Amino acid sequence: MDVLAAKALGAGIAVIALAGVGIGIGNIFSALVTSVARNPSARDQVFGIGILGFALTEAVALFALLIAFLILFT
Amino acid sequence: MAAAAHKIDALGQFELTSVFGPIGASVRFTQSNMLMLIAAALILGLLYFGMRAKSVVPGRLQAAAELSYDFVHRMCIDQIGEEGKRFFPFVFTLFFFILMGNLLGLLPYSFTFTSQIAVTFALAALVIVMVTVVALRIHGLRFFTYFFPAGAPKLLAPLIVPVEIISYLSRPVSLSIRLFANMVAGHVMFEVFASFVVMLAGAGAVGLFASIFPLGLNVVLVGFELLVAVLQAYVFAILTCIYLHDAVHLH
Repeated sequence: MDVLAAKALGAGIAVIALAGVGIGIGNIFSALVTSVARNPSARDQVFGIGILGFALTEAVALFALLIAFLILFT
Repeated sequence: MAAAAHKIDALGQFELTSVFGPIGASVRFTQSNMLMLIAAALILGLLYFGMRAKSVVPGRLQAAAELSYDFVHRMCIDQIGEEGKRFFPFVFTLFFFILMGNLLGLLPYSFTFTSQIAVTFALAALVIVMVTVVALRIHGLRFFTYFFPAGAPKLLAPLIVPVEIISYLSRPVSLSIRLFANMVAGHVMFEVFASFVVMLAGAGAVGLFASIFPLGLNVVLVGFELLVAVLQAYVFAILTCIYLHDAVHLH
């Protein structure tokens, strides 16, 4: 297997982490929707926390993406 | 064939080049530094020209200045408490510097200085050093009880303390990498889809028609990146507030 093929495979494997992040972000927004549906007046407070959780979870995806970029382009 | 010859150069856009000819080159004044100065000038200009009128019914510029001031002020007080007013100037500066950096980077031929790990890590290190200094000044040596939450069983101390210390030390890393990786990923996506347009357009009439789709996707991406730019600045600022809250109140 030449180096280019191994690089492409490695980058592909690196972004498997996105599966977990997808589940996590889905969980966050489902909980956000549920809580807003139960108590619409809490929307403003809950929304900020939800977005914060989203950003923190998304960071994990970006770590994986960064590793993929490092493998591909360096 | 022209299409096959085109290569996706995703990271080329982040290369630093010096500006202002030989004078800039001799002091290593790069476009990143220039964008930082422009960002600072824009914030100062917004606040100065926005607040010059001081009318009771604000105009557009004054409303923008007042809203941005009020937004960060409320964020500080909500997250840190009444003591948050002391840290308001710091958080305000941080938020608007990053926001302007992210937004300026979306302009064509521009450069995103927040896509440089050196810049974001310097900002994150500044935050963490300041948080630690604030905590030490307010609580003195009692600050170190932060690493052992009150009420936890004493037997677990050898487990909890290292974990807490590691999580404390990894804050600047995650804070800087989050912003940097978001910006890099967004701009790499632009580059990749723009390359698709060029490649498809070079592949004949059918390709020229098909190249509309990546072009449209790039337009959508610009809107998404606008959201990400504001969101990441907000996240950076609010995490700074949360760390400051921990420093002021110790859990």
